[in-house]
Amino acid sequence: MTDTGIGAAVRRKEDHRFLTGRGTYTDDINRPGQTYAHILRSPHAHARIKSIDVSAAAKASGVVAVFTGADMAADGVGGLPCGWQIHSKDGSPMAEPAHPPLVTDKVCHVGDQVAVIIAESRTQAKDAAEKINVDYEELPAVIDMTAAIKDGSPLTHDDVAANICYDWHLGEKEPVDEGFAKAKHVAKIDIVNNRLIANAIEPRVAIGDYDPSSGEYTLYTTSQNPHVIRLLMGAFVLQIPEHKLRVVAPDVGGGFGSKIYHYAEEAILTWAAGKVKRPIKWTAERSESFISDCHGRDHVTHAELALDGDGKFLALRVSTLANMGAYLSTFAPCIPTYLHGTLLAGVYTTPAIYVEVKAVFTNTVPVDAYRGAGRPEASYLLERLVDRAAREMGLDPADIRRKNFIPADAFPYQTPVALQYDSGDYTATFDAAIKIADVDGFAARKAAAGKAGKLRGLGYSTYVEACGIAPSAVAGALGARAGLYESAEVRVHPTGSVTVFAGSHSHGQGHETTFAQLVSDSLGIPFENVDVVHGDTGKVQFGMGTYGSRSLAVGGEAIMKALGKVIDKATKIAAHVLETSEADIEFKDGQFTVAGTDKSMAFGDVALTAYVPHNFPHETLEPGLDESAFYDPANFTFPAGCHICEVEVDPETGVVEVIDFTAVDDVGRVINPMIVEGQVQGGVAQGIGQALLEECVYDESGQLVTGSYMDYTMPRASNLPNITVANETTLCAHNSLGVKGCGEVGAIGSPPAVINAVVDALSDFGVTDIAMPATPEKVWRAIQSAQAAG
Amino acid sequence: MYDFEYHRAASLDDAAGKLKSADDGTLVAGGMTLIPTLKLRLASPSDLIDISGLAELSGIKAEGDAVVVGAATIHAAVAASSDVRAKIPALADLAELIGDAQVRNRGTLGGSIANNDPTADYPAALLALGATIRTDHREIAADDYFEGLFETALDAGEIITQVAFPVPEKASYQKFPNPASRYALVGVFVAKGPSGVRVAVTGAGLDGVFRVTEMETALAENFSPDAIKDVSVSADGLNADIHAGADYRAHLIGVLARRAVADCT
Amino acid sequence: MPTVSMKVNGVDVSGDVEARTLLVQFLRETLDMTGTHVGCDTSQCGACCVLMNGDSVKSCSVLAVQAEGAEITTIEGLANGDELHPMQDAFRQNHGLQCGFCTPGMVISAIDLVSKNPKPTEKEVREWLEGNLCRCTGYHNIVKAIQAGAQAMGG
Repeated sequence: MTDTGIGAAVRRKEDHRFLTGRGTYTDDINRPGQTYAHILRSPHAHARIKSIDVSAAAKASGVVAVFTGADMAADGVGGLPCGWQIHSKDGSPMAEPAHPPLVTDKVCHVGDQVAVIIAESRTQAKDAAEKINVDYEELPAVIDMTAAIKDGSPLTHDDVAANICYDWHLGEKEPVDEGFAKAKHVAKIDIVNNRLIANAIEPRVAIGDYDPSSGEYTLYTTSQNPHVIRLLMGAFVLQIPEHKLRVVAPDVGGGFGSKIYHYAEEAILTWAAGKVKRPIKWTAERSESFISDCHGRDHVTHAELALDGDGKFLALRVSTLANMGAYLSTFAPCIPTYLHGTLLAGVYTTPAIYVEVKAVFTNTVPVDAYRGAGRPEASYLLERLVDRAAREMGLDPADIRRKNFIPADAFPYQTPVALQYDSGDYTATFDAAIKIADVDGFAARKAAAGKAGKLRGLGYSTYVEACGIAPSAVAGALGARAGLYESAEVRVHPTGSVTVFAGSHSHGQGHETTFAQLVSDSLGIPFENVDVVHGDTGKVQFGMGTYGSRSLAVGGEAIMKALGKVIDKATKIAAHVLETSEADIEFKDGQFTVAGTDKSMAFGDVALTAYVPHNFPHETLEPGLDESAFYDPANFTFPAGCHICEVEVDPETGVVEVIDFTAVDDVGRVINPMIVEGQVQGGVAQGIGQALLEECVYDESGQLVTGSYMDYTMPRASNLPNITVANETTLCAHNSLGVKGCGEVGAIGSPPAVINAVVDALSDFGVTDIAMPATPEKVWRAIQSAQAAG
Repeated sequence: MYDFEYHRAASLDDAAGKLKSADDGTLVAGGMTLIPTLKLRLASPSDLIDISGLAELSGIKAEGDAVVVGAATIHAAVAASSDVRAKIPALADLAELIGDAQVRNRGTLGGSIANNDPTADYPAALLALGATIRTDHREIAADDYFEGLFETALDAGEIITQVAFPVPEKASYQKFPNPASRYALVGVFVAKGPSGVRVAVTGAGLDGVFRVTEMETALAENFSPDAIKDVSVSADGLNADIHAGADYRAHLIGVLARRAVADCT
Repeated sequence: MPTVSMKVNGVDVSGDVEARTLLVQFLRETLDMTGTHVGCDTSQCGACCVLMNGDSVKSCSVLAVQAEGAEITTIEGLANGDELHPMQDAFRQNHGLQCGFCTPGMVISAIDLVSKNPKPTEKEVREWLEGNLCRCTGYHNIVKAIQAGAQAMGG
């Protein structure tokens, strides 16, 4: 290992610009002649628009134009597309209501887009918005999912019966019924996976620009996947061909899934720029983000686990309601199905599993991916259920897990819910976590805490996730409307430096560093001689973007594939120059050497030869050294691990303090351990946030009560412990690097560990359940009611 | 934010004059409440008269048996003041718990109490310590000053200049912050001083800061946590929201009061 | 429109602004200094922190006209040429940033902390960061960075 190669904790290339204020985030970009947009949003959860009068606003100071949904419809603008189609049990396709960027006749959630005002300044646009007169006829709103699917419930969309988007299932019912029939114990749980908001600290921004001379549109946007936005917006919404549409996602200040979705504002701004023939910028205010960024999670689940007398799992049955919000966002339908139902085997040998999921429309903001997307919901219900079973059967929560782990020698392992895990060693991560967390010393710590009037609890979570979503053919068969490969180009310059054009987008993950490590390591050239370009459809050939922990396992592999092509061609060039056969060339540490001789040629010299091809095999090769690749993986990757949380509860106030958190993850080969550790810590912080602090709350009328940081509790430094991270590695069996992905493991593994720890702490009171977020009030109430009952 | 005329006052008199002549003027010092309110377009004053930095409103000094804090004194200065730390450490502790470091670098005592936000921290200290609010016209006892939700005894155009805090024998402030906003969900200030034992509660009351006389009586007899362990606070008149029901707030008042008594120095 | 003058990163600047212009808007839009960010509208995230006469403030909650005559230091004013300020370098060495959006505010806030408390404990750092939200790092490495930065600054 070199000090900048694979496995080295290289300090990040991107940091200098971020630390000196020289990053270029979308809102930092200003175009000549730029105007500013303000979006008028619905104050109602559900209302028919009887009329909109924009005449006063259009005449207001500084206003350039005002557009409504009627203007977009008149121009033939299409609805926002959904990227995944699920079929119900009966084979029928999911309900897919129209989703216009600006509404035409009806608003379906607070924050729905009603009109856009374009003015010379932000304040003029906002001032003018107050002059728009919208006559709403309020309709009954449906907010609660269980109410939404009852007969007679108000309908979010007139053409969607019972508010049901789809009624899906996976697994075989009969073997599950058999498992339950022979069970010695059945553990049951009702669980809510709380609705969250990703809350990337950078609010969303879009700048639409149109060049009348070329007819080219440019959209600058805060996106995790600019090519996907170009495809969806160009092909489905605005009918602009790719060569006339450039999408730039420059430095992006965090995404966590919320910047995957092709948002209405992107289409509105791009379209309107063409109308007013001037650039237009829209910057979300945070209170606007709360009602227009997609939300995440929001599942209500009942699950039952059948066990034999020894605590071996026999069968699992799961029934989930998943909130879609008012419209289908880009990937919403696949989250509770193929990213949730398929994960219900977890790390266990449960032989029979049946899951059904009803996706439900409500008058709330659309739901889409949030870090983990479906997999945290799966691990949370499974790990809570396993803990409950252990408690009910008087088994140790560590023992019950251990006896049900898929053994390390059982891979590849086919689960009853479609996935085939390629590699893993769940006992290894478990043992390592138990050691690091000093589980042996817990009893003494609990006793000491008790003396200080505190309740200590310890909670486990063992999880597996599926990431690097692929292969495209499988995803397509399951309903994906896009491929899920990745693309990369490795451009070697004449003097041997390299620019990588990556289809993956970096918004905090440090790709510019990790990818450069791959190149430096493969080509044996200095790390400093490699730069990574991403986030611009005008520069990068194609890309599916960054989500589902796929950047390294899919995007990194695309780079490796392109690097392989570069090395192949360079080997041929070296062989020609060194007057030997290709087979005799060895490439190591940046040198092409004729095997067994001291004749060699540096990589830089080969690059120069490729571009100054005086002595070059023109008969068989073209000049130049610039290779691109598309990589479509053979399978998902399956990171897994064990998280252990230790909490202390103040029984008087209900305050939960996370004292210690240990995460031992198997993310496959680690390219940059510093970055991996940071990714896991960040994910764990979000998981602790979900478990203890965060929740979107709507009132009955559909107003978002937690509509700002005054009411939505973001994790702060003082809420969190130090987070100990370690790795136990098994290599991914189907990619060249052996990598699995690390972006989501923290958020997937941690919530059940925290809640299991809280329940453990409260178990002396007889408390068996606490809902997320376990706020002080909820904990206090749980103690009160357990005491009253007990 | 709607636009307004901005004036920097040259003196207290100048501020009073400008406030009087404005259509719908408002004072601003740190602006930590006002500016966020304006940004959300929840208020539209015609004029902002900036009184930050006025000499008449600045400074912290010991005055007999009291510590006198100028109205435009920022929270960070109160927290760091050696006078406050020496004489009323609980007041310095309270100032250190307000908002965050940046709010404490801008927000002022006068701004906090002029607004009488039911979740602000300072009102609890004023009421428990029996402070006196000095204005450009008169002196108002804290007991007469807080008149309910965002309501005070201040007349239109009246400007707070100083607050005199009598030095207590002992005092403590215990705060249970709203997990999201960090304002007081419940804050309890307990003081034993010249005006007896006082227990003042902020954050919890629908009408703002209030005293818990039953606890005061019990503590006057026996100043110990045990003395109030059976005093239950009614949930009537307490605030309820997504973070805490009224009964939970009532419960917290008891817990925090006991902790404050135990912590009194 | 009022004219406002101040010193930003040691340079005298002035501009005509509406009274309602926030200091952060003056920095970003009038002066085109985009290193200072805006992440919320309720004064909680701290991405907009700058030093105003040496103390950290949220520039989204200060009017530009209130900064008349003030000395403002932004993230752009910390490095000495190519040489990072010790706090900036500590963030880099300790991986105290990921997406970088909260980072300017974090670094500014940290420098204010160290100016008042040269050797902050972990707990003191965590409490000081009450007004700075980060969604990426879980704060672990930010806390480490600030303690290392404090040491490098001579604490």
